[in-house]
Amino acid sequence: MAFVRVSNLKKTYGDVTAVDDISFDIQKGEIFGFLGPNGAGKTSTVNMMIGLSRPTAGDVVIDGIDVRRKPKQAQAIMGIVADESNLYKDMDGFENLCFCAALYGMRKEERELRARQLLEQFRLKEAGRRPFKAYSKGMRRKLTIAAALIHSPRILFLDEPTTGIDVESSRQIREMIVKLKEQGTTVFLTTHHIEEAERICDRIAFIAKGQIVASGTVAELMQRISLDRAIHFVTGIQDDEFAFELQKNFEGSQVERKSDHSLVMRLQERLELFPVMEFFHHHGVAVYEAKELRPSLEDVFVRLTGIESSILKKEKGGGK
Amino acid sequence: MTSLIAYWNILKKDVKYYYLKPPNISWGIIFPLSWTLMQLIRSPGGSILELLPGLISMSVLFGTTSMLAVTITFERSDRSFERLLLAPISLHTMVLAKISGAIVFGILNAFVPVFFASFFVHLHEVDWKLVLPAVLMIAVTSTLLGLLIAVTAKQVFEAQTFSNLFRFPMLFLSGLFIPIKDLPRFLQPIAYCIPLTYGTDVIKGAFIGANVLSPMLSFGALSAFAIGLFIISLKNIHKKWIL
Ligand SMILES: Nc1ncnc2c1ncn2[C@@H]1O[C@H](COP(=O)(O)OP(=O)(O)OP(=O)(O)O)[C@@H](O)[C@H]1O
Ligand SMILES: [Mg+2]
Repeated sequence: MAFVRVSNLKKTYGDVTAVDDISFDIQKGEIFGFLGPNGAGKTSTVNMMIGLSRPTAGDVVIDGIDVRRKPKQAQAIMGIVADESNLYKDMDGFENLCFCAALYGMRKEERELRARQLLEQFRLKEAGRRPFKAYSKGMRRKLTIAAALIHSPRILFLDEPTTGIDVESSRQIREMIVKLKEQGTTVFLTTHHIEEAERICDRIAFIAKGQIVASGTVAELMQRISLDRAIHFVTGIQDDEFAFELQKNFEGSQVERKSDHSLVMRLQERLELFPVMEFFHHHGVAVYEAKELRPSLEDVFVRLTGIESSILKKEKGGGK
Repeated sequence: MTSLIAYWNILKKDVKYYYLKPPNISWGIIFPLSWTLMQLIRSPGGSILELLPGLISMSVLFGTTSMLAVTITFERSDRSFERLLLAPISLHTMVLAKISGAIVFGILNAFVPVFFASFFVHLHEVDWKLVLPAVLMIAVTSTLLGLLIAVTAKQVFEAQTFSNLFRFPMLFLSGLFIPIKDLPRFLQPIAYCIPLTYGTDVIKGAFIGANVLSPMLSFGALSAFAIGLFIISLKNIHKKWIL
């Protein structure tokens, strides 16, 4: 049984269908990524999953708990990071964390111990006594994530955790997420950064206009579209004749010589490398490097959704 | 246990960060104070005891409604309120925690005019056993009224405007300063639809024996208002806050 099961979830606001009959499963300990452009329905989906908004139709079951029927029971095992850093502005970092811990019924000593641990872990120790409103954007984001982890949730929801955050803070946040997964926490993450999804998610769902267009591991998504396989060889001296021989010898391949002592060999199917290397060796051509030229996830996204990837990369509200 | 810890900490936070903030304290003290002084200056001498019940009710009404409207709408606009909605505690507990602070604040406000009046008149003949529960019930019902406004309003400004829209007519309709029997006939039934009317009546009885209704009846009405308003508010919250 999947840890999270979302079935036929739907949300309409008046005439607008924000989420249009989506279903997916998340396994325990997995990082599941929801990748889509602005207005795709990511936040609407998250809000229904966490019990902050009522589905128009459909069900969400998390760890065997029906979120619609028992939202409070489900919320006890969730950590939630909203798309905005929404802690208390006048409270300092430490107080914010302690207060959030209290909302989950943690006792004083436990609250303070955990708050200190998290401040340290998120490299916010010095900022712990400063009010939240004096934090930089990256620090706010990190404290908001720390607050969501205060009660050691079994599942963490992150709505665009790195949007509008600098490179270093984003990197730290991603590192954190991967560490959590290693400790067994299940993570549901929405993002519009393809590279982010590709780098840390075990499985990804592409969402556009409220519908899941495709989902699977990065490898599975790559297979959804048939792109040529290509291998790039960095070689010693060779010539056109060698390239021609190579192509002739390996049926179905296409070999292209590049100007910088290298070759690209394209095939429809997977290529076994050993015979190719032997061929190189036999002809006295040294090979220094061989690497697969993979289609990027971005190529797959664009093909499957028909959405230009530049739309995805645009930050909300211009360059904030 | 979770509920108790959460309840206590929400209350503590609100007191520390909203109720004890200088502008709010001064609003709570200066407003009742200036009214008290104004009335004392206007009619010095014996009538203080007659005025005090109205001043007490008014202080409670203003203290509670303004605070709640601000604390809730403020947290809603910066979205920290979502944390409370998402905490694993029942909506009742959360709402009770939010209104408890306002109720306590309102009760303390009630004693600002009492404190200042005590310099001018003797208050030892007042029946405090009636005043205290009446003040409590006024605080509870006006807080719930404030909650109703806070649920409806989207902005702090809107909440304040709304609450003034209700508060000022209430001052004049609930017998605080103008006896209900002196109101135009068609307004008199409206007076009895306002919880403040019943609370003020009990206090008037306790101060100068000038109650129109029996205290039992008044407390009954106040309890009914409190329960009704609490239920309506919870329903509204479900409808408006969990979209
Ligand atoms: N409360 C609401 N009332 C009306 N329409 C809404 C509401 N919330 C969302 N929508 C609409 O639903 C659609 C999906 O919005 P949603 O916020 O879920 O998208 P998103 O994928 O999170 O986008 P973003 O990347 O901008 O955060 C949008 O068209 C949006 O305008
Ligand atoms: Mg969103």
